[in-house]
Amino acid sequence: MSGRDLEESAGFDRHTIDYIQRAAASGLYEIRGLGAKRRVPNFDDLLFLAASLSRYPLEGYRERCSTKTLLGTRFASKPIELAIPITVAGMSFGALSARVKEAVGRAATDLGTSTTTGDGGMTSEERAASKTLVYQCLPSRYGFNPDDVRRADAIEIVIGQGAKPGGGGMLLGQKVNPRVARMRTLPEGVDQRSASRHPDWTGPDDLVIKIKELREITDWEKPIYVKVGATRTFNDVKLAVHAGADVVVVDGMQGGTAATQTVFIEHVGIPTLAALRQAVDALDDLNMRGIVQLVISGGIRSGADVAKALAMGADAVAIGQGVLVALGCNSDSYIRNGLHVSAREDYAALGTAPGFCHHCHTGKCPVGVTTQDPERELRLEPDVGAKRLKNYLKTVNMELTTVARACGKQDVHHLEKEDLVALTVEAAAMAGVPLAGTSWIPGRAGS
Amino acid sequence: MANLNQIAERTSSAAGAGAHVREFDLARDTLRQLNLYLHTEAVKDGVGQIRVHNPDGAHSIACGLNAELDVQIHGHAGYYVAGMNKHAWVTVHGNAGPGAAENMMSGRVHVKGFASTAAGASAHGGLLIIDGDASLRCGISLKGADIVVGGSVGSFSAFMAQAGRIVICGDAEDALGDSLYEAVIYVRGKVRSLGADARFEPMTDSDRAALKGLLTAAGRGDDPADFKRVASAKSLYHWHADADQEY
Repeated sequence: MSGRDLEESAGFDRHTIDYIQRAAASGLYEIRGLGAKRRVPNFDDLLFLAASLSRYPLEGYRERCSTKTLLGTRFASKPIELAIPITVAGMSFGALSARVKEAVGRAATDLGTSTTTGDGGMTSEERAASKTLVYQCLPSRYGFNPDDVRRADAIEIVIGQGAKPGGGGMLLGQKVNPRVARMRTLPEGVDQRSASRHPDWTGPDDLVIKIKELREITDWEKPIYVKVGATRTFNDVKLAVHAGADVVVVDGMQGGTAATQTVFIEHVGIPTLAALRQAVDALDDLNMRGIVQLVISGGIRSGADVAKALAMGADAVAIGQGVLVALGCNSDSYIRNGLHVSAREDYAALGTAPGFCHHCHTGKCPVGVTTQDPERELRLEPDVGAKRLKNYLKTVNMELTTVARACGKQDVHHLEKEDLVALTVEAAAMAGVPLAGTSWIPGRAGS
Repeated sequence: MANLNQIAERTSSAAGAGAHVREFDLARDTLRQLNLYLHTEAVKDGVGQIRVHNPDGAHSIACGLNAELDVQIHGHAGYYVAGMNKHAWVTVHGNAGPGAAENMMSGRVHVKGFASTAAGASAHGGLLIIDGDASLRCGISLKGADIVVGGSVGSFSAFMAQAGRIVICGDAEDALGDSLYEAVIYVRGKVRSLGADARFEPMTDSDRAALKGLLTAAGRGDDPADFKRVASAKSLYHWHADADQEY
């Protein structure tokens, strides 16, 4: 065969052909877990301008760089104080096992940061393990109850999620085991589809009243976060601030999910980089920087990502998929009694391999992270998971302070946009920082 | 912070012989003072009844209660009256705004007038009684509570209701019971249309007995024989290609 005989079509490549043939065979859209796989402009497209003659660096091994982070200082009488600006994003019991939630809570507590519930209510394991726990109020209201509102440290009203803004939650029947079903008041084994709109309020004017209700219920003690999936972020952040949020959480399109339609994951929402700039612009426009805190999430992986997010104006980040990967997601083995056990055959049974798996929706996670299967969930030992996650978050935080010191900052919150340049025109335009080696910010008059 | 010493207090024989009654006048006292009292002081006070005057549509009156209190609201309430209620009995001698008794866990909320949208939304337990009509989405996402509506309900009532019972003594507008799970609806009047996956089912003796109990608890004398049962056909419990517009 000649080269032209095997020439692949750009429009109908193997990926597209596979998609069409799968749709033709099943008549159903594909559902999967995790986040967008396509490449979009992201924090890798930014670089730091560290200190040299025009800036003094901090002495890396001797001078302290503060990472203390306060969230919810606007109205709450008991704001959240964290040791590091790196939090754990909302992930449900149901998507994850109770053992995973416990491991996450223990690691976060050891590092002085917060964890977050998800679309399934609060488990006792999670509450007991987490010193600081943010309790989500979602459209489904699964398991939502006043006792847990009172024992939470903050409330997060979820409007949307970066992986599927405008869509509701989803948990396929194989993960709706008796405990999950009981907590969500659902029949066992049902393919659960959640509402995409809150049941008792509609629009930003109502949200003002809803937030006040939650403040009254909690006697104005607990911070109220509002989480939006990144779409029209500039306007959404403004509306959330007007509605009375203490903290706005913006989740970019690279954010993960336990299950949703692939078309959502890959084609709805805007990249985290662009959303962050819009969110900061909105707070600046309202003169609310430092009054309302901003948490950014959606594909945050490393200390470099965190440092760049803080430099652009975020007060903290939330990590979801990175946390799962630290626990063993997409690893080729899991640890049992101190020994590595290969999970390759289980990946193969799902039609995938380590490094490529996004089969959280099946409930057959080969490494026991995103499962409710009684045998599989034992593959994640809370002690092991907590230690691995603690190591990961500690590493991310050390990278963050390393970069901050190099930029001459005694506090990671002193990182600023002026410390950043962009590698690509797209990233420069989205982030609102100059293209490296120039003073040009696309879209800015006179730059 | 509320200065509870400044809040008017008097004993009223109307609440029962020797009963301790606390009165709040929202024309003078703040909502914060009222709710803080209900959350922190009312039980310690051993109060028999709390009366709220001049609510004038204020939002979040008596929300987040967590004790066996008797709260009487004399006038119209705004959004989320008795929201997330647990244990308490709350009576609104007037109309209620959106989200009355939303996410209630237990106790009883009685709206003597009409209720706006999303009454009883996502309520897990307890009894919500609405003597008049209820607007759109009554009982949306219901999770185990009982709702008795003396009048009619608006469109999309019982949308995605998961558990519990809704009694409608009047008519129902469009899409009643859309995407129901295990909740059951008893409706006496006309139903303009059923929602996706909702269907009429025969009334059984067990249904009639349950309905009789609910009507009695709501202080109503309607005949259970006049009601129809609506429940889920359960055809959307699992994804399938032939229901492409229902997801």
